[in-house]
Amino acid sequence: MDQREHLQTLSDIKKMMERSSRFISLSGLSGVSAGITAIIGAVIAYSWMHDYYAQWDANGAFSLQAFNSLRLRLISLAGIVLVIALAGGMYFTWRRARKNGLSIWDATARKVVVNMAIPLATGGAFIAALLYNDNHLEPLVAPTCLVFYGLALVNTSKYTLSDVKYLGIAEIILGLLNMFLLRKGIYFWTLGFGVLHILYGIIMWWKYERTGTKD
Amino acid sequence: MNPIGNLNKIFESRIRLGVMSILMVNEEINFNDLKQMLEVTDGNLASHLNTLEENGFLKVHKGFIGRKTNTTYSITKAGEKAFKSHLAALEEMLKFMQ
Repeated sequence: MDQREHLQTLSDIKKMMERSSRFISLSGLSGVSAGITAIIGAVIAYSWMHDYYAQWDANGAFSLQAFNSLRLRLISLAGIVLVIALAGGMYFTWRRARKNGLSIWDATARKVVVNMAIPLATGGAFIAALLYNDNHLEPLVAPTCLVFYGLALVNTSKYTLSDVKYLGIAEIILGLLNMFLLRKGIYFWTLGFGVLHILYGIIMWWKYERTGTKD
Repeated sequence: MNPIGNLNKIFESRIRLGVMSILMVNEEINFNDLKQMLEVTDGNLASHLNTLEENGFLKVHKGFIGRKTNTTYSITKAGEKAFKSHLAALEEMLKFMQ
């Protein structure tokens, strides 16, 4: 065995350790598509909210019916945006995994999903309780989403690209800021789920995928 | 001191080297995931795993998920120590050659 062979061995070891402990197929493009979906959703939500306030002004009084209808529509819209963003993200990640000849559903992918699901499910239940209690806690929904989503990303970053951690920290900071500026949730959402995802996605794509290297 | 004195013959097979590398960074891992990551056949992987187990470098846990067997592997203290000194020997050797 000569020196080159030993160097090769060491780099094989490093690669095996990376590949087996981190999910590296996560595509930057999935961030971009999720961000675009979020912004489209935010524009629709904004126009609905605008109509709601216009109607309020026209009536000159608060209408419980109009409020409940807006609430229901906004919750459904958020659900639809989430599904589309997830589907887009999975598509781009699947495409990248296939290109690199990696399997998308392996031990590392399972770790990512489990570690993401725990804080996300906690956040989801927490938000469901905020809405269920019906004590005008709606303004807390947007910051809570951002904070729990950020925590989920930080938690997941141990098992995927470590850059995810910085995205997570940024989301947490936005969520906390939003707590001090309640009722501006739509702007924070657009920034956190839209702009940040697009920025993150472009950076990741630039860093890892542009050159078409294997990892 | 002989720089290659600490190189371990057992880790000269690429598959065994791969298994050890993977187990160094994962608490435990099952047979199918190992197979997927190393891109080897069942029989080939099984025989290498046997060698590593016989040398006391890895622990085998036989379990079930439903009715399907799920065998997981983890590294032993001795395995970790042996692999680390193998790595150190490799690095030492590279330094020695420069």
